[in-house]
Amino acid sequence: MSTAQTTSKTVAAVGSVAQWTEDRTGASKAVREFGRKIFPSHWSFMLGEVALYSFIILVLSGTFLTFWFKPAMAEVVYQGPWTALHGVTISEAYASTLEISFEIRGGLFIRQMHHWAALLFMAALTIHALRIFFTGAFRKPRELNWVIGIVLSMVGLGAGFTGYSLPDDLLSGNGLRIIDGLLKSIPLVGTYISFFLFGGEFPGIHIVSRLYSLHIMILPAVLIALIGVHLMFVVIHKHTQWPGAGHSEKNVVGEPVLPTFAAKGGGFFFLIFALVAFISAIFTINPIWNYGPYDPSPVSAGTQPDWYVGWADGILRIMPGWMEFYIFGYPISLNINIAIIIMLLFWGIAMVWPWIEAWMLGDNREHHILDRPRNNPTRTGLGVAAAVWYAVMWAGASGDLVAVFFHMSLNDMIYIFRVLFIVGPFIAFFLTRRICLSLQRKDRELVLHGHETGQIIRLPHGEFQERHQPLTPHEVWALTAFETPQVLPAQPGKDGKVSGLERVRARMAKYFYEDRIHPVTKAELDAAHEAHHHDEVAAGDHDDHKGLEK
Amino acid sequence: MKLLAARRRHPMALVVLLLVGLLLTGGAYSLFTGSTTASADEYSAADVEAGQKLFVTNCATCHGLNAEGSENGPSLIGVGAAAVDFQVSTGRMPLQMHGPQAQVKQAQFSEEEIAQMAGYVASLGPGPAVPDEEWLDTAEGDAAAGGGLFRTNCAMCHNVVGSGGALTRGKYAPNLTEVSEKHLYEAMQTGPQNMPIFNDANLSPEEKRDIITYVREVSETPSAGGFKLGSLGPVAEGLFIWFFGLAGVVGITMWLTARSK
Amino acid sequence: MTSIQHSGGPGGQVEEMNGFQNPGLPEHKPRITDSSPAAERLAERQIAAWFIVSMIGTIWFIVAYFLFPVGDSGALVRIHTAGVGLGATVALAGLGIGIVLWAKNLIPDAEVVEDRHDIAGSEEDQAIALEILNQAKDESGIARRSLIRNTLIAAVAIAPLPAILVFRDLGPLPGDKLFTTLWGEGVKLCKDIGMIPEENQIEPIRASDVTIGSVFHVIPENIRDSGHPLDEKAKAAVLLMRIDPSELNTDPDREDWGVDGIVAYSKVCTHVGCPVALYEHQTHHLLCPCHQSTFDVTNHCKVIFGPAKRPLPQLPITVDSEGYLVAQSDFREPVGPTFWEINTRETNA
Repeated sequence: MSTAQTTSKTVAAVGSVAQWTEDRTGASKAVREFGRKIFPSHWSFMLGEVALYSFIILVLSGTFLTFWFKPAMAEVVYQGPWTALHGVTISEAYASTLEISFEIRGGLFIRQMHHWAALLFMAALTIHALRIFFTGAFRKPRELNWVIGIVLSMVGLGAGFTGYSLPDDLLSGNGLRIIDGLLKSIPLVGTYISFFLFGGEFPGIHIVSRLYSLHIMILPAVLIALIGVHLMFVVIHKHTQWPGAGHSEKNVVGEPVLPTFAAKGGGFFFLIFALVAFISAIFTINPIWNYGPYDPSPVSAGTQPDWYVGWADGILRIMPGWMEFYIFGYPISLNINIAIIIMLLFWGIAMVWPWIEAWMLGDNREHHILDRPRNNPTRTGLGVAAAVWYAVMWAGASGDLVAVFFHMSLNDMIYIFRVLFIVGPFIAFFLTRRICLSLQRKDRELVLHGHETGQIIRLPHGEFQERHQPLTPHEVWALTAFETPQVLPAQPGKDGKVSGLERVRARMAKYFYEDRIHPVTKAELDAAHEAHHHDEVAAGDHDDHKGLEK
Repeated sequence: MKLLAARRRHPMALVVLLLVGLLLTGGAYSLFTGSTTASADEYSAADVEAGQKLFVTNCATCHGLNAEGSENGPSLIGVGAAAVDFQVSTGRMPLQMHGPQAQVKQAQFSEEEIAQMAGYVASLGPGPAVPDEEWLDTAEGDAAAGGGLFRTNCAMCHNVVGSGGALTRGKYAPNLTEVSEKHLYEAMQTGPQNMPIFNDANLSPEEKRDIITYVREVSETPSAGGFKLGSLGPVAEGLFIWFFGLAGVVGITMWLTARSK
Repeated sequence: MTSIQHSGGPGGQVEEMNGFQNPGLPEHKPRITDSSPAAERLAERQIAAWFIVSMIGTIWFIVAYFLFPVGDSGALVRIHTAGVGLGATVALAGLGIGIVLWAKNLIPDAEVVEDRHDIAGSEEDQAIALEILNQAKDESGIARRSLIRNTLIAAVAIAPLPAILVFRDLGPLPGDKLFTTLWGEGVKLCKDIGMIPEENQIEPIRASDVTIGSVFHVIPENIRDSGHPLDEKAKAAVLLMRIDPSELNTDPDREDWGVDGIVAYSKVCTHVGCPVALYEHQTHHLLCPCHQSTFDVTNHCKVIFGPAKRPLPQLPITVDSEGYLVAQSDFREPVGPTFWEINTRETNA
């Protein structure tokens, strides 16, 4: 086996340690498999990594915090350094959080890193998901990874909320009180769920230790497992890439893992770590010492959850009271349940969207080249509509602060949010779709007529014209290499009849994709060049509104 | 009592007497208890007279010629000197325009004039007096006790550290960090606008002083964690991570993926 | 396999779209560091400088850790936090910037093309996999031996039941807990003094203390008799207000539930349970700071705005022989958020 000898010689040259490892792990196979794997380089492809790195920071800083935090609700009288709470009865959970903040060196810094990293984790995860959606990166073969991503955001929300509730301060306690109300409103079993979760009546003495187990064991374990599968799929599928010269559905163009991508990714990790450290060094987050211990009677103005739970709180604020009604004396608290319903609906639709889109278009092909958002106006419009809907619910949770800040009436704010909750997504959809179509027209103009140069030339017969610089073939390819979604008419089934479902599909496809702009074809470009040349002689009108197919 | 006797010949005396009488007999519920309630004892007759003139020219349009109140303004009989001092020296009164609630602005009168008007209003009926220095001395107060009282009685409107908050229909509870000790005390005592009144049976002068001490302490102590982001809680933190944190992230990713020259 | 391509075909593929040919990767332009050895050396020194900056940051962290004490007022902790935090920032940022500059300026930056392969295995792989599965099916007899298979499915289906059942003792059943509070006949209304230790007295409230425009945050005098004061407080917290009786629209059934305009209402929101603590003494509105439900005290705390549906329950009160305010009974309806069994029984009142 001469190749084996050469390989082992090469490895031996690297060092006996490597050989030792190789003999026990067979690592060379992995290096060969992954070492030259290609990752395309674009800033928008790095957002998921930010979530990953934030998660690593969370695990590291969280482990540090567990060494001092006491997840117990036994009462102690505070006598620590924070004088504004001297002599006050507080729980051990709250006391140990105060200890971490005021008595452990570096404790407050790491506590703030943990909380800021949590906010960044959810924010990065969210814009990563938006990037995936708007570029169509969820399409075959990546549907399952998209679903995993949505589940990650759901579990991340749970992990965040359980953490927010641990210090047992006034803010988190009132948050739990809202959760208690939310649970109690569930028909039939709500009261039981509440009693089981809290170990009896709210607030009880068990909730902090129970949430702690979830927060440091089950939820992070699920997150780690899902992140692992998520990354594994990225390797299996290879990364998507933007349309561009040299890029095709059959290849992936970019940097190899070793050394370029590994170095950039490693450096990026330290940079994200540095950003979180910087924010945590000088910006206060969750100053629990100000909130005081949890007590069911007081509450602070501006009681809000962390941002990623805000939309749930916003729904609770926006819904009117008449949505609670009674059937045979049993309450249906739709004004409260709807928060859970909307959240599940939102996540649910997001999860099945890849299949809905593929079904509507009858498209069962793999897609590795991304859509520029403008080139799929319908999807982009729907995505912006969903984002606006989410944003209205989210903003709803801060209505009181917005009202004070802009000197508006709190009540008017809520009326505005109620209206926007209904009409906001529709306006967003139609507006976004129009904007996308306009941008596509602009692209067509650019391809057909070239860059404006700012040079004015005078034609022989006296007319002034601006000279246009034709695009390079590379530029033309980047702007024209896309497919316009095709509206597939209703197809007969095996029995030769068109089923009702198929009719619905065809109608939806027609509604969503009928308005569309075609990319410029070579024939059109040639014709335009011809006309241009002709124009410069005959000075004819060269406005072009072709391409909008009705 | 001597002062009262001296003013018996005053043209307003009869009206005042009548109203005071009505108030005393009719209103078990308008009883003010506690040590800081005072009548016009500390103001001279001249002050009261000057105050009345100022009142008639500046306040009577809304509060009535005899401070009996009108459609546009409440009766000031029995509100006490503390209410006048609070409302006028914070610039809330005279009202600039009708709105959900009176706004803080530059005080329109000198301290002396304010004292004269306070004296006049105090002469109309017993009400809370301007607080003694003793109750404003935060060196004497207990911030921890004040914190407990503040969370129970104040935080729901003014936020746990006094950053303020929204009330119904455009009204709001103001930020307390810049409010003087005296005005904090007077506000608790007199319940300006929609703020409830915290009489001395509810919060004793010592307890009020504890609350003031707490407010001072939390607004003057730098936050252990760094910049406070307005002490507005998770909303400010969320906005910060979206607009500063993510902007930083996107900046880093763009630098990272840009080709070197 | 990978291969470096400059302005050649895209990975050897010929691509055509809308009549255009894929022009292939643009020509690779060398960086200054690729062509100028001086620039390369400068870049090298620059990167090393960042690593030195990182070391300075690490030392800064260590110095700050020992130099700035904690355990005192907020100001000291602030200095410590900023000290170690900025040290860590410099240490991490120096590392990050150095490594990224290395990657950007010194490591070759030519784009590399990798071919994609089918995600699905080859037909041969699929056939072999199917064969293995079929063999497993035959050898185990899972399809054939239906008795074993079906009993196995049934056993697995019910096996999780104990795993669910063991969670039964997470909490007691609700019983009548949501229908009772500490309030009862003759229980004095006392001032809520927050989380102050037991030595401190809780003060009962006299009717004469409650002047017009006042609001008192109230707990029952027997709050400390219960094993779980916070659980009881979560239900028994009450707001006490005095309003000119002429402004109150009192229900005939509740004529004697107040004392001269003094009325007491549950402080627990009927929406999701936040303390409805904001009292506006001119409008007589109670506002919940969490979700903005607004209750009108003059109309028995009916909801006039926001997401709550039910009015706040009223606590019937009276005055005892010493002039203290006392409850006439418990609440006549359950307090707090709506729950499924809310109308299934009466309260203890």
